[in-house]
Amino acid sequence: MKTRLLTATAVAALCTAGAASAQTNELTLCWAAWDPANALVELSKDFETQSGIKMNFEFVPWPNFADRMLNELNSGGQLCDLLIGDSQWIGGGAENGHYVKLNDFFAANSISMADFMPAAVYAYSTWPKGSENYYALPAMGDANGWFYRKDWFARDDIKAAFKEATGRDLAEPKTQKELLETAQFFQGREIDGKTVYGASIFTERGSEGITMGATGALYAWGFKYENTPGKYDMEGAVNSPAAVEALEFYKEFYKTATPPGYDNAYMEQSLDAFKSGQVAMAMNWFAFFPGLYADPNTGGDKIDFFVNPPQNQPASTLGGQGISVVSYTDNMDGALEYIKWFANPDVQKKWWSMGGYSVHNAVLNDPGFKDSAPFAGDFLEAMSAVQDFWQEPAYASLLLAMQERLHNYVVADQGTAQEALDGLIADWTEVFQDEGKL
Amino acid sequence: MPNPIDAAARATPPTVARRIRGLSDRAIAWLFVAPTIFLLLAINIFPLIWTVRLSFTNYRANRPNEEVEWVGLRNYIRILTDDGIWANMQTTAHFLFWTLFFQVILGFALAWLINRKFKGNDLLTTLIVLPMMLSPAVVGNFWTFLYQPQIGLVNYTVELLTGTPANSFSMLGPGGYAPWSIIIVDTWMWTPFVMLICLAGLRSIPDYIYEAAEVDRASKWRQFWTITVPMVLPFLMLAVLFRGIENFKMFDMVVLLTGGGPGNETLLASIDLKREAFEKWRTGYSSAYAIILFVTVFGLASIYVKALNKVKER
Repeated sequence: MKTRLLTATAVAALCTAGAASAQTNELTLCWAAWDPANALVELSKDFETQSGIKMNFEFVPWPNFADRMLNELNSGGQLCDLLIGDSQWIGGGAENGHYVKLNDFFAANSISMADFMPAAVYAYSTWPKGSENYYALPAMGDANGWFYRKDWFARDDIKAAFKEATGRDLAEPKTQKELLETAQFFQGREIDGKTVYGASIFTERGSEGITMGATGALYAWGFKYENTPGKYDMEGAVNSPAAVEALEFYKEFYKTATPPGYDNAYMEQSLDAFKSGQVAMAMNWFAFFPGLYADPNTGGDKIDFFVNPPQNQPASTLGGQGISVVSYTDNMDGALEYIKWFANPDVQKKWWSMGGYSVHNAVLNDPGFKDSAPFAGDFLEAMSAVQDFWQEPAYASLLLAMQERLHNYVVADQGTAQEALDGLIADWTEVFQDEGKL
Repeated sequence: MPNPIDAAARATPPTVARRIRGLSDRAIAWLFVAPTIFLLLAINIFPLIWTVRLSFTNYRANRPNEEVEWVGLRNYIRILTDDGIWANMQTTAHFLFWTLFFQVILGFALAWLINRKFKGNDLLTTLIVLPMMLSPAVVGNFWTFLYQPQIGLVNYTVELLTGTPANSFSMLGPGGYAPWSIIIVDTWMWTPFVMLICLAGLRSIPDYIYEAAEVDRASKWRQFWTITVPMVLPFLMLAVLFRGIENFKMFDMVVLLTGGGPGNETLLASIDLKREAFEKWRTGYSSAYAIILFVTVFGLASIYVKALNKVKER
């Protein structure tokens, strides 16, 4: 009996050891569930072949991505070895010890941040901002851009009607005001027997939608978070006359140039509106552009793309993410090996070719890059003038306050733009006071 | 005839009998109850006490290394003097009142109808209770489509009946319809629950009481107010208690339908609490918020249960 028991124990121990060994030979990469994530699964097969490490993936739909992943990090969970987290998380990731600082690893493996687009390094990798402390490798460049029905813009009857209505030729808008005028022209117009609308924009209330949409106008008008970077002196910056004008513009856009019922719309709704032929133009992240171009109904020669039009200055809202090593991983070596592999210029080139937005100079500086996709040139232009939301550890409180103020004013018709931005300063001041930064 | 206690004692294995022989009845009772009490303490009472403790601190669960400061009543004062939170409470109260109002009226009316014997009674009952069997996530998603201004059935029906263009208004958007849209969905989903409880009440009334009333020549109207309503009232009050507690915590369906918007028009206290606790990670502050909500629900429910007991005693 004793012998049998000992044998069983030994077998169990061996099984456990085997399982542990198998576990250390696996990595789990966490990201949002969207088109680029599927491309990354394909790309990572090369890494599996090369390293012998099995890759697992945990992709969460965008509306739940932040909740799910931040809960995971905050609870010290070991689900993710690698995380492609939003740019705004970098402050919290660094200060709360969720992300591994990568400077020494970069130095030891000759990975230079100078090989990546400076704006991307600043936004996706560094904390504190402007420092040389790196907590992520730029993984996926992204910005909020626009796309439109090229086939409608090319029709003679529509061009003539536009010329008559506005006195100018129908073309890609060059300013925010032209953008609104073009959208208003299409609003409620009959095309091929169907009523169409101007543009779908972001108005979502629950997560980050309306903030990401409205900042496209705010940044273009010259909105700033602070008068002096790092001082949190927001009065006169956040509620400047230009910012007020931009917010009034966004509200007018929502009221006069969007489809009915688009009062809680974000990425998916924007894509649906465009693909179903409801709108002439739509805003969305560049990450979706390869999929839109490949769409059999509204892609190909029916679609074209343009960068967020300037008003007082060129500016685009930043999207995109860096890839970080989660400090709670039980496979640190494997996770770092993946980072090293991903930083390789050849891998970065393949990443771009598969639909991922590489920001490696080897890709972006390639003479053929601009012609490699119909949106490649716009991507470069957008990334040269990106601005991001606060990346503070308390970014969620700051974001929720902005969501509330903007939605109250733009969608729910409460108060004025001035009151919304003044209120936002009050909310943000309270957050920074709680943080001990004011 | 053998004594059953003796028989049970004989059936007990001698080792067990020996082991518990030295224990009193009270000790044995404790032995059996202890695991349950331990579980209750571990998963109910301890977290509650811990939450109370946290509510007096500035603790943030996402910053475990930060020093936790004792802030006294500051969290409670901030919450109770915050106009935004009072507005959320009012939104919650509005939602609670109107959902209960409609569910009680419709639930009772449906139970009254179903209680009659007619052909197809069983099938109709099954169809009526279907909505409450659905997941709130499913309900939230498909009502979002029903309320869609361009393709939704609701706007289309309104256009058909009133001539108001379907595209001209949004049930979940600005214009003040959003809170009512949520009340409609909740009423659609949970009226069957109230109906079932009322039906149990109606079926518990013995026929001889109505027969006696008939003998006394009481009208149907009088029978309704003097027999049916008083005898169903305890059941109805129980249904209100269950639905009231549930709706005070309403979260998923509202998040799916409106996300709390437009603006803050449908921002219930439960949604706000979740954002404070698990998006902003203000654990101490949200603990105080949760305690205030708990005390409110517990206080109201206690008063209500006392009233319910009085009604039952009549």
